[in-house]
Amino acid sequence: MLWIALGVAALFVVLLVVVIGLYNGLVRKRVDCDNAWSQIDVQLKRRHDLIPNLVETVKGYAGHERGTLEAVIAARNQAVTVAGSAGSPAGAPGAVAERAAAEGALSSALGRLFALSEAYPDLKANTNFAQLQEELTSTENKVGFSRQHYNDCVGRYEETRQTFPTAIIAGVFNFGPREYFTVDVAEQREAPKVSFK
Amino acid sequence: MPPGHADRPGPPGLASDAALRGPLADKVRAYPGTLTYLDLIRRNKRQSALLVLGMLLLIALLGAVLAAALAISGAGPDALVPSALLGILAALVVGGLTTLWSWYGGAGAILRMSGARPIAPADDPELFNVVDEVRLAAGLPMPAVYLIDESALNAFATGRDPAHAAVAITSGLRARLTRDELQGVMAHEMAHVRHLDIRFAMLMATLAGLIVFASDAFWRILRHAPRAGRRKEGGAIVIVLLVAAVLLAILAPIVARLIQMSYSRQREFLADAGAVELTRNPLGLASALEKLAADADPLVNAANRGTAHLFIVNPLRRMREAHQRLNTMFSSHPPVQDRIARLLALTR
Repeated sequence: MLWIALGVAALFVVLLVVVIGLYNGLVRKRVDCDNAWSQIDVQLKRRHDLIPNLVETVKGYAGHERGTLEAVIAARNQAVTVAGSAGSPAGAPGAVAERAAAEGALSSALGRLFALSEAYPDLKANTNFAQLQEELTSTENKVGFSRQHYNDCVGRYEETRQTFPTAIIAGVFNFGPREYFTVDVAEQREAPKVSFK
Repeated sequence: MPPGHADRPGPPGLASDAALRGPLADKVRAYPGTLTYLDLIRRNKRQSALLVLGMLLLIALLGAVLAAALAISGAGPDALVPSALLGILAALVVGGLTTLWSWYGGAGAILRMSGARPIAPADDPELFNVVDEVRLAAGLPMPAVYLIDESALNAFATGRDPAHAAVAITSGLRARLTRDELQGVMAHEMAHVRHLDIRFAMLMATLAGLIVFASDAFWRILRHAPRAGRRKEGGAIVIVLLVAAVLLAILAPIVARLIQMSYSRQREFLADAGAVELTRNPLGLASALEKLAADADPLVNAANRGTAHLFIVNPLRRMREAHQRLNTMFSSHPPVQDRIARLLALTR
């Protein structure tokens, strides 16, 4: 009788240790996702901050290209609004997709602006513009790279969350899904081409 | 079959890079089999621990032999065991302190030895941006950035973990690379950081250096050891011990060097693959490697045989020429043309 009780107790302890291990693994992967997301967030905010400056500089040389400039400003403002309302992937479902769409639109508007700048040698020669272009190019790359890392993290988290036996733990402790940061339009998938001299 | 570098019309342009980026991203499978960078990290942690253990063992052995040899040539075979034990103890204390120094001060020592100086974002915004990009792709903290004022083309990374990592690049390489190539090189270095190769390589550079230093010292002591007190009955033992001592003194540096070189060759291939996993652009690194291969300028002041394995291509020209022809056991880096061929194979 005693041996059976001890055996059951031992089994229970082993089970508990396994559950704790799986639970911690899930938490760690979810934290990775959220850290990766905050990296994207930093880069997107940085991009939003750089754009007014860029628009001002371009205006001085190509003020009559109003359509392109206004498209950039509109896309930027839309992205800022979405960033303020939608927030993090821990929030409502679809938040990440909404954000990705707004940022994608901003990327293509920016791409058009840089394409247009090719036609203005004076603008290209402006050191301020060159600096802004390097900063924005780099920020664009950083958004892309941190998105890549975020999606890797989400992939690892989702794989763990949805496979047996972790799926049971995830169900019991309410580990919600994390959304991929995807860019759907073909034009946006191609990292915006900004030429380096 | 990948094309040889000579068949290709010049370095790859940006247009082709951008065209490749989309479809390529799905094709890139950086590591062979089911190996991931997490496995490489585990392996490097294990091997670093083994390296430290092995070095401590070797140092203890050296200490024992040294003390025993001294005891016999001095007081005779009676003092053999206690002095050998004392030698082991002393050697372990020295070895332990050296390991601590290597762990906390190794990266700084390597950077100093290479003549690298830290730079700030304002000194070179583009370089910092590029490093920031690749570290974001790896999901790692920003490493310290160092510049080596040399015209030779090279770069390396060091540190005990990603939070204490540093990347260094020669001013010659910095000036010669396009942005995409620079990104490839920095991604290669960041892959070393991510895989934790930096820890192993750092311990190797500092601890293997110690073995060489210790056996040098051993020789010096042996030569000046008192011969007057040597007794007849101890003669045989003295000879055995001397032979052992000589063998050890000769073998130690060779063993250290062999480990150092054989381990880093595979790491270079894996770091190239890891770089492509980060940038999804094999052409940037391939084109940078071609420039590095064509450079005949050895890193005279910045590198020596103890630190050669850290660099992206072998900084010692004589050895680089040798292993561009064949992949010898003694080379610390695989032939650059091999690495380029493997990178280009990823583009189809």
